Amino acid sequence: MGAVLKPATPAELAEMIAAAEAPLEIIGTGTRRHIGHPVQAAATLDMSGFSGIIAYEPEELILDVQAGTPLAEIETMLAARGQQLAFEPPDFSALLGAAHSGSIGGLVASNLSGPRRIKAGAVRDHILGVHGVTGAGNAFKAGARVVKNVTGYDMPKLVTGSWGTLAALTSVILKVLPAPETEETVVLRGLDDAQAVEAMSLAMQSPCEVSAAAYVPDEAVYLRLEGIAPSVAYRRDQLGRVLKRPIEVMAAKSSATTWKAIRDGAMFAGNPRHPLWRISVAPSDAPGIISALRDKLDIRYLFDWAGGLVWLEVPPSHDATEALVRGSFRAGHGTLVRAPEATRAAVNVFQPQEAALAALSARVKDAFDPRHILNPGRMYRGL
Amino acid sequence: MLTMPVPDEDTIRRRSAIAAALRRIVPGEGVIEAPVEMRAFETDGLTAYRQMPLVVVLPETTAQVAAVLEYAHENGIKVVPRGAGTSLSGGALPLADGILLGMAKFNRVLEVDYANRCAVVQPGVTNLAITKAVEHKGFYYAPDPSSQIACTIGGNVAENSGGVHCLKYGLTANNVLGLEMVLVTGEVIRLGGKHLDSEGYDLLGVMTGSEGLLGVVTEVTVRILQKPETARAVLVGFPTSEDAGQCVADVISAGIIPGGMEMMDRPAIHAAEDFVHADYPLDVEALLIVELDGPQVEVDHLIERVSEIARANNSTTLRISTSEEERLLFWAGRKAAFPAVGRISPDYICMDGTIPRKRLPEVLQGMAELSRLHRLRVANVFHAGDGNLHPLILFDANDPDELDRAEKFGADILRLCVKVGGVLTGEHGVGIEKRDLMPEMFSEGDLAQQMRVKCAFDDKGLLNPGKVFPTLHRCAELGRMHVKGGTLPFADIPRF
Repeated sequence: MGAVLKPATPAELAEMIAAAEAPLEIIGTGTRRHIGHPVQAAATLDMSGFSGIIAYEPEELILDVQAGTPLAEIETMLAARGQQLAFEPPDFSALLGAAHSGSIGGLVASNLSGPRRIKAGAVRDHILGVHGVTGAGNAFKAGARVVKNVTGYDMPKLVTGSWGTLAALTSVILKVLPAPETEETVVLRGLDDAQAVEAMSLAMQSPCEVSAAAYVPDEAVYLRLEGIAPSVAYRRDQLGRVLKRPIEVMAAKSSATTWKAIRDGAMFAGNPRHPLWRISVAPSDAPGIISALRDKLDIRYLFDWAGGLVWLEVPPSHDATEALVRGSFRAGHGTLVRAPEATRAAVNVFQPQEAALAALSARVKDAFDPRHILNPGRMYRGL
Repeated sequence: MLTMPVPDEDTIRRRSAIAAALRRIVPGEGVIEAPVEMRAFETDGLTAYRQMPLVVVLPETTAQVAAVLEYAHENGIKVVPRGAGTSLSGGALPLADGILLGMAKFNRVLEVDYANRCAVVQPGVTNLAITKAVEHKGFYYAPDPSSQIACTIGGNVAENSGGVHCLKYGLTANNVLGLEMVLVTGEVIRLGGKHLDSEGYDLLGVMTGSEGLLGVVTEVTVRILQKPETARAVLVGFPTSEDAGQCVADVISAGIIPGGMEMMDRPAIHAAEDFVHADYPLDVEALLIVELDGPQVEVDHLIERVSEIARANNSTTLRISTSEEERLLFWAGRKAAFPAVGRISPDYICMDGTIPRKRLPEVLQGMAELSRLHRLRVANVFHAGDGNLHPLILFDANDPDELDRAEKFGADILRLCVKVGGVLTGEHGVGIEKRDLMPEMFSEGDLAQQMRVKCAFDDKGLLNPGKVFPTLHRCAELGRMHVKGGTLPFADIPRF
C-alpha cells in the first residue's frame, strides 16, 4: 500500500479523484476494511478528515453529518435526545478485530443493519441524502434534509451498500427516530431449528409488534418488544397466548445485553480464522440451509431477522466452502463477512449475479466511475 | 404550458407497420390503434395535458413485454409505460410518437406467503386489492396513496407513492421486497425477492420512484403487515398555524410517531366542512388530526399525551374519538378535501412539495402573498408529520389565462419549498409537471449524474422521454463529460 491521500474539503477530494491515475482504496476508519475482495490500490483515500455534525434537528427527525464522523459519537448524541438510528447499526469491531465501531460513511457504504431490520428497515430505508464525489471526480448531491422526497432518482439508496465502488461520500443525511422508552425480551426454550423459525413466524404474524426475533441454537428463541411500558407488558402477555408455549421474560437490561450480542455476532468473535457468512433468505428457508450443511461441515450458526438472516461459521478452508454454502439456498444472497485475505481474493465474497443483472451493475459502475478508480473489484471483479 | 419533445414524424408515418409488428407479439385485442379507443389513454391524473399515443399495446405476459421492448429498442421507438393512469404529475402522459405500454392486464395476485409476511403480485393489481387479498388474515399493505382504490402497485413502484401513514410505515420503497422487471433491451431481471436487502447495488431502490424511465416492472413482491389492534384519533383546532406546527414538533420531540398526522388550513377546513359536515371547527386557522394506532393500552396512553401537548400549544378545540364511527368522521373531511375543493372551484391543481416542518408558518405566509400576486385562491392540506404539503390551487381551466397563472403559482410555491430547504415533490413524482423546475433543486452536475444512471438502464433514451429531466442529454455526450485520465480538475464547473 502506497501513499495516503487525506482530503480536507470536497473540492480537494474531487481534485484528488480526478487526478488519480490508478485505483484508490477508500477508508473511513477501516473497521469494515476486510469485508469484500482485497482492493489492489495504488493509494489509500482517507476520509476521516470529513468529520463532524452538520445539523441535528430532533424535532425534524433529521441528522446531517460528515461521512467520516465516528458512529459512536453519533449514537451518544442521539441518545441524549432520546433518539436513535432505528436500523440498529451493528458493531463489528470485535468480530473483525477493529479498534471501534467505525464511521457513519462506512456504515452507509456497507448497508449493514442489526436485529431491528425486520421491523424498522435497513440503512437504505433511512438514508435521505448524500454529498459525494464520483469516480470521475464529479461532486454531486442527491436527496435533501426532509424525510419525504421523491424528486429525481433515489441516488442515496443507490450508493448505500455500494462499498465505496461508486462514489466517495463526504456527508450523509439520515432519518433518525425516537428510541423506545423500554424493552423486554420473551424467551422460548427447547426448540429445534424448524420449530424456532415457526415460532418466530407466528410472533411476526401477530399484532404484537415484535421488533427483533432471533434463534441461538441450543439456547433459545428471543423475541423483543419495545415501546412504552404498559404496551410492552400488554404485548408480552398477548405473545404468550399467540405462541401457546411456556415463555420466560427478560427485563430491559439483560434484554439490551442479549440483543447487542446478537447484533454484533459476538458468539463468532472468538474464531478469527473461521470463515463467517451472513446469508439473507426468506425466513422459512433458514432451517433448510442448516440441514443441508450440518452433516457435511462442522458449523456454528444463528438465525436473526426471524430466520431471514443466517449467520454461518464454517471450518477454516482455502475457499470458505463457498460452493457448499451457496448451494444450500436457492433464492437470496450470501456475503462472506470474515475470511483471511487469501480466501477473500479467491472466492466470490458477494453473491454472484445473473448475466443481465451483472451487466447492468457494471453499466451503473461506469456511470459513476468509468475509469474504475474507486475500490475496484471490492464487490465484484470488474466492478 | 409545458412543452413535450418534438415528435418524430418518421415514426408517426410508420404507425401501421409498428402496430402490425406489435400484433405479431400481442395477438387479438391487445393492440389498439383506433383513435376512439385510444382516447381512454390520452391523459392521466394531470388532466390539463392530453396527447393521443402512437399506438397502445396491452401485453399479458412478461415474455410479451420483453418482446415489445426489444422491438422498440431495435427500431428506436419510444415507450411510455402506464398503470392505471392516476399520476398527478403527468408521468403516464402519452407521446405522439411513442408506444403506450399499458400493464392493466397484469392483474393477478400470484402468491400470498403469510409465513414470510409477503405477497407476490402482478403490477396491474391495485394498491387496495393487495390489502383486500390479505385482510381476512388480519394483514394489510401499508402505503395508502389517496388513489389507492384505482392506482396500481406497478404505478406505486414507479412513483414511490406515499400516503397518510408513511411517516410511521414508510413509502413504497420501504415496503417493496422484490421486482421482476424488463429492461429496454428486452432482458428480464429480478431484483430482491422474499429476502431482505441486495447482494449488489440497490437497483430496487433506484427503480422505485424512477417514473417509468428505467424499465418496466412485471412482478412485485411486497411486505404485508399485521393490522394494528386499534386506532383512535384526536381532532384539534388552533388559532394559528404556528401553534399547530409547534404542536406537531412537540409530539415528535416527545418520542411519539403517530400513524397519521394531518393538517388543514382555514380554506381547506371550510371547503371540507361544507361538503361532508364532519363538525369541524370553523373559527380556527389550522386543524390537526392525529391518529395513534397499536395496542389499545398504548393508544389510550399516547392519545392523552398528544392531547396534553395540544393544550399546551393553545388549542381552542380538542376532541378525542370515542368510537370507530367518530374516528372515521374526523377523517371524512380530510379524505374528502380534494373533491370538496372541487365543489368550490371548476378546477384545481394539487401541488406536492416537502418542507422542513419548522418553516411551515413562513411558507404559508409566502403562499398567501403568492395567492394575491397570481389572483388565485389556494387551500392547503398537509401531511404534517413528514412536512409534505399539498397546496390546492383553485382555477378555471376554460380560461387559458387562469391555467397559465395557476401553473406559475404552483411553480412559485415549489420554488419557495426549495428555498426553505425542501424539495419539489414528496410523493407525486416529477413527471412533466415539475420537470422544468428540477434545476431549482439540482445543479447541472447533479442532474448529469442522474442522467448517467438513466443511460446505464436505457442507452437510447426510449423509456418515457420528456419526463423528469428538463433536457435529456445523449448518453455519449454525458460520457464525454466524464473526466478522462485526470485532465479535468474540477467537477463543479458547468460544462454544457
